[in-house]
Amino acid sequence: MIVRRSALFVPGNNPGMLQTAGLFGADVVILDLEDAVAPNEKDAARELVARALVTIDYGQAQKCVRLNSLDTFCADDLKEIVPSQPDLLMLPKVHRASDIKDLAGQLDDLERPSQKRIEILAIIESPQGLAEVYEIARSHYRLMGLLMGAEDYTAMVGSLRTKGGEEIAVARSLLVNACAAAGIESFDAVFTDANDEEGLIKDTKLAKNLGFTGKGAINPRQVKPINETFNPSATEIDYARRILKALRQAEKEGSGVASVGGKMVDAPVAKRAVNVMNLARRLKLIGQGDD
Amino acid sequence: MKSVLKPAQAGTLESNDIMIIVEPGANGIVLELESIVKKQYGESIRQTIVETVKSYGLSDLNVKAIDKGALDYAIRARLVTALSRAGVGPEREGKA
Repeated sequence: MIVRRSALFVPGNNPGMLQTAGLFGADVVILDLEDAVAPNEKDAARELVARALVTIDYGQAQKCVRLNSLDTFCADDLKEIVPSQPDLLMLPKVHRASDIKDLAGQLDDLERPSQKRIEILAIIESPQGLAEVYEIARSHYRLMGLLMGAEDYTAMVGSLRTKGGEEIAVARSLLVNACAAAGIESFDAVFTDANDEEGLIKDTKLAKNLGFTGKGAINPRQVKPINETFNPSATEIDYARRILKALRQAEKEGSGVASVGGKMVDAPVAKRAVNVMNLARRLKLIGQGDD
Repeated sequence: MKSVLKPAQAGTLESNDIMIIVEPGANGIVLELESIVKKQYGESIRQTIVETVKSYGLSDLNVKAIDKGALDYAIRARLVTALSRAGVGPEREGKA
């Protein structure tokens, strides 16, 4: 079970930050070739990131590279980066399902037969992308998740970006629903004020409650609060444990129905309980035999 | 034999980075190295730069390197970028 709660963006043309990116506990490190790199430095960043991928030990973190968009430098990025075998490639400015298919086709051509298949994480950051989000979410087996790009999205919609995030409430829910329907992961937008930990935790709790499976981070300081917020709480674990116990008891007694606290346990509730316990076990919040 | 077509540079003067400037030369591979860790790693940095230049089949080149504590991978990356900008390349060796 791969856990991807936090995805930390790191500028791709900064050797110091590339070297330390794996030290902060992020589940995914995103080596950025897009916004963090000036157009006349794209060549230097590609060369550096390609070598960092095969040199730096990122520990447990999955290695992701944010490409430039399909209509800019993406093809050049792919030629340099694919041979270095990242786990994921992040594609920005995805407006339609054919964008994912286009990237996947290029990966089919560039990957070596023995290479582990690279997965795609796409950013939805335009009104058109959001309008077609479900078609995008189910477009290709390489697509493992979508990330909400709130800054570009609000600029294009013409709304004011706020800390409360009311302006992206519908966008967030649409994206989460599309991902859940397609069976892929959903990552919430980054919280851009790196000095406001309280605000970050509030924003991350909201994301978790909406159904997001993870969240982007723009500063190493944001990783720990994001991870801790996405971890199952003691209350969630206790409730999941009671549900599973009730199900076992019902099975033993030959009853088809279990209940906890007077509420019936149906299949989605049971599945959620199993997921909570699996995640807690994976994160070593409970012991291996604890069920 | 390949040659450098024009002067070029890559890298920055930030910590953990190295700025590399290459120019056409006529007297072999001439390296001018400044490094904050020259005492400890100067020879290793020199070796990395000369090896990489030779892997391109270049025999005459002036290189100025100002190192701020770059690791080997970053030194190679910056040199390869500088050479590419100078009109040499692309490199065909492994990325490690």
